[in-house]
Amino acid sequence: MDCYRMSVLLVVVGLVATGGFGPVSVAAQPTEAAQDGFVPMGDIPPEDQLPAAPLLVAAYAVVWAIAIGYLWTIWRRLGTVEQELAEMARRVKSKD
Amino acid sequence: MSRRLFPLLTGLSLVLFVTAPIVIVRAPYESTMGLVQKIFYFHFPSWMAMFLAIFILGISSVIYLFRRKPVADRLAVAAAELAVVFGLMGLITGPLWGIKAWGVWWQWDARLTMAVILELILVAYLLLRQYGGPGSDRLAAGLGIFAMANVPFLYISTEIWRTVHPRTSVVPTLPVDFGLPLWWSFAGFIVLCLALLSARGRLEEQRAAIDKLYLALEEE
Amino acid sequence: MSEFLRVAWLVVRKDLRVESRSKELLFTTLFFAVSCVLVFAFGFVRGGRAVDGAAPGILWIAIAFSGTLALGRAFERERYHDALRGLLMAPVDRPAIYLGKLVGLLLLLVVVEAVVVTMVAFLFQAPLFQYPLRLGALLSLGTIGFASVGTLFSAMLVRTRSRAVLLPVLLYPVTIPVLIMGVSGTAALVQPEPDLAMARLWITLLLFFDVVFVTLALWTFEPVMTE
Repeated sequence: MDCYRMSVLLVVVGLVATGGFGPVSVAAQPTEAAQDGFVPMGDIPPEDQLPAAPLLVAAYAVVWAIAIGYLWTIWRRLGTVEQELAEMARRVKSKD
Repeated sequence: MSRRLFPLLTGLSLVLFVTAPIVIVRAPYESTMGLVQKIFYFHFPSWMAMFLAIFILGISSVIYLFRRKPVADRLAVAAAELAVVFGLMGLITGPLWGIKAWGVWWQWDARLTMAVILELILVAYLLLRQYGGPGSDRLAAGLGIFAMANVPFLYISTEIWRTVHPRTSVVPTLPVDFGLPLWWSFAGFIVLCLALLSARGRLEEQRAAIDKLYLALEEE
Repeated sequence: MSEFLRVAWLVVRKDLRVESRSKELLFTTLFFAVSCVLVFAFGFVRGGRAVDGAAPGILWIAIAFSGTLALGRAFERERYHDALRGLLMAPVDRPAIYLGKLVGLLLLLVVVEAVVVTMVAFLFQAPLFQYPLRLGALLSLGTIGFASVGTLFSAMLVRTRSRAVLLPVLLYPVTIPVLIMGVSGTAALVQPEPDLAMARLWITLLLFFDVVFVTLALWTFEPVMTE
């Protein structure tokens, strides 16, 4: 496997492995923000707290999923091309 | 050179991407928009990555058309595909933010309009590459140049087109302190874009090698 | 420079002569434009009244559609007996050939537009002839912008397999700015209280678009068409 394919695979695995990590930290956000004292709790309108979180998580998941999906197609396409190259090289050699 | 650069780029983009949520979560809570404003940290960088890809597409198209360097052509295909991918990220995260901010999924806002047209042009480019048949590489280069030249016109025309109509948006324009998280994920997206560019370019390179081998085989 | 213009004029004359013998392009495009406007009439006239503000959009969409039809056909003709290759092999400036083809198409589109504008004005009760000069400027600049990109693209596509499908696929996204500018400019002229400053702004923008894209097309025609 050449270094390109390997690195692509590494990133795919890395992104998949850490994918759940973002939403969890986002879900934990409102309390954390309050504790850190960035904004007093009263300033956050209550209706903002719940509905926004799923949207944020969805946006994050979409970006993650597209990145992983695209990397995966590159990985697969590189695999096919490599296979074909090996096949061609074999044929060229057998002809000689 | 790019062979050694590539693992480095992918590793860096992985690190940046994985750590981005932490940085974003720690960012201050924007008071008028609330939590949903944090989508911006993904949304904005994906557009910037798209513009970078379009710029690369345009420049390499010019180089290919006038210097006939195969590398430039490979780079152009890779850049066009990436621009579509990052554009898709932007187009999906945009409405997710809009439903909260505007109350509707889609609005003919100037930026959204421009984004969707650019996405359209780039998909057309990919269609041409896919179905154009032999000789379409130079046509695609021409289209790439036209796509880049279109950006300022799209920007101006959609901006004015939008302001002609009454604004229904009630949300004030973002008075956000950009700060660290934005630049963090910005860097992540740009590095990812470059990494993907070299991976996709590599794929084209391998395909060209196969074509060459086929030709060599047939000649015998 | 005069040599350049002379070659362009020769190409225009050649196209005009071919057209005057068969009149195929003129009649088919005209018929298509008329049926296009009628189709819009069935879509946008309700209860005997045209939908408010639909006229500018219908006008420009009809022009864009029939323009695409004419572009495809004009170059399809050049494929017979490898006419385009012969043209390109002539020892003349390639951009002059492009200019000649562009002017030929513009002449055709002027005739089509005259009919379409009249039809839209009557069928949709739009006061299109209120500011004839401004409307003329919008139409001519918009058509030049649309046709300059279209001529280059359809010339490029002559050699490809799926050109009939690819021409609209490539042309519409790239010329959307023209459509936005043309429709908005026309809308500014025909709305109940005409906004002349706005119309002038759109005319200026169209002018910039034309300058940039005609230059780009002249610049890229040679390398794109070289085999």
